[in-house]
Amino acid sequence: MSLQTPLGRVRGLGSAREGVAHWWAQRVSAVLLLPLSIWFLSWVLPVLGQPYSDARVFVAQPLNAFLLLTFMLALIYHALLGVQVVIEDYLHTRWLEVSLQVAIKLIAFLAALATAFALIRIVLGA
Amino acid sequence: MAEFSLPKNSKIGKGKHFPAQGAKSPKQFKVYRWSPDDGANPRTDTFEVDLASCGPMVLDALIKIKNEIDPTLTFRRSCREGICGSCAMNIDGTNTLACTKAIDEVKGEVRVYPLPHMPVVKDLVPDLTHFYAQYASIRPWMRTESVPPPDRERLQSKEDRAKLDGLYECILCACCSTSCPSYWWNGDRYLGPAILLQAYRWIIDSRDEDTGERLDNLEDPFRLYRCHTIMNCTKTCPKGLNPAKAIAEIKKLMVQRRSL
Repeated sequence: MSLQTPLGRVRGLGSAREGVAHWWAQRVSAVLLLPLSIWFLSWVLPVLGQPYSDARVFVAQPLNAFLLLTFMLALIYHALLGVQVVIEDYLHTRWLEVSLQVAIKLIAFLAALATAFALIRIVLGA
Repeated sequence: MAEFSLPKNSKIGKGKHFPAQGAKSPKQFKVYRWSPDDGANPRTDTFEVDLASCGPMVLDALIKIKNEIDPTLTFRRSCREGICGSCAMNIDGTNTLACTKAIDEVKGEVRVYPLPHMPVVKDLVPDLTHFYAQYASIRPWMRTESVPPPDRERLQSKEDRAKLDGLYECILCACCSTSCPSYWWNGDRYLGPAILLQAYRWIIDSRDEDTGERLDNLEDPFRLYRCHTIMNCTKTCPKGLNPAKAIAEIKKLMVQRRSL
């Protein structure tokens, strides 16, 4: 039982003085993703059915590689921000919450690295 | 973890049935009942009310039930005209004021429950202690440095006064906050639509001089940014206000005062 006053409980540890950067980044990345997604759906997806060598040539073109990298980085960043909010919303088991928050950041970082390496390899023709 | 099912001791059982003898125009009211004294689970009692001898609003029926059928039925009410906010409850699946909700708006039986996801004191009375403490935490009064003129009140232009329309009408009935899923899952830290609308009412008041401090105290991932524009608040507000818009305005001000 706690004898803390209701106001004391509400004030808690005080305001974190942050959150606006996250909110703004989520919106900016969403706006960025809008044209990139249209490009991805209409130009990149049709490549799926083509032979491996043709697809490789398509991705190796500088503009395609650049747009693909931008799209993937924006997507990973936006997804990271979104999943972070979902965990904050629904997970209230502290150790699980902290582990997952750290894990998704690592996964996002590794996914971004892997994307960049893969694209560089294709562009440089390795 | 967010709770998607009721805890064991909150599971609702079958309650009593009170038929109306010789009623000209009977209507069934299915009412949530729980008492802290008997250790029993909640139940829903069904009361048949003769609308021929009852006022038009759901509150009229509840008062009739308390007067004529079961005096132990417990609910809050005061003004009976939608200005005090005491009789906020969940009627026919929507949070609203019992005194302004017409019985004939509800088809079939009228289901009456307390405001969702609040601790229940008894029957239809929710515990709003935390909600009121959250209201106190925004220090909802005019905060100024400048001394007011000795011979008159602080002046405000007509345009600035108009900015308070749609905000000052809030009666703090808690219908909006208790309809918000974000408030259900994170109500301990998220201030909820009602309190954020009230906070904005002071942020936008041209006579107040503490806007920056008010924004500082709201700038928090939980206090403000748990709002995901679900819009239940605006949909349910019995006064026709738009808390979601007030929250959006606060978020815009947060961006406006920083470098992009």
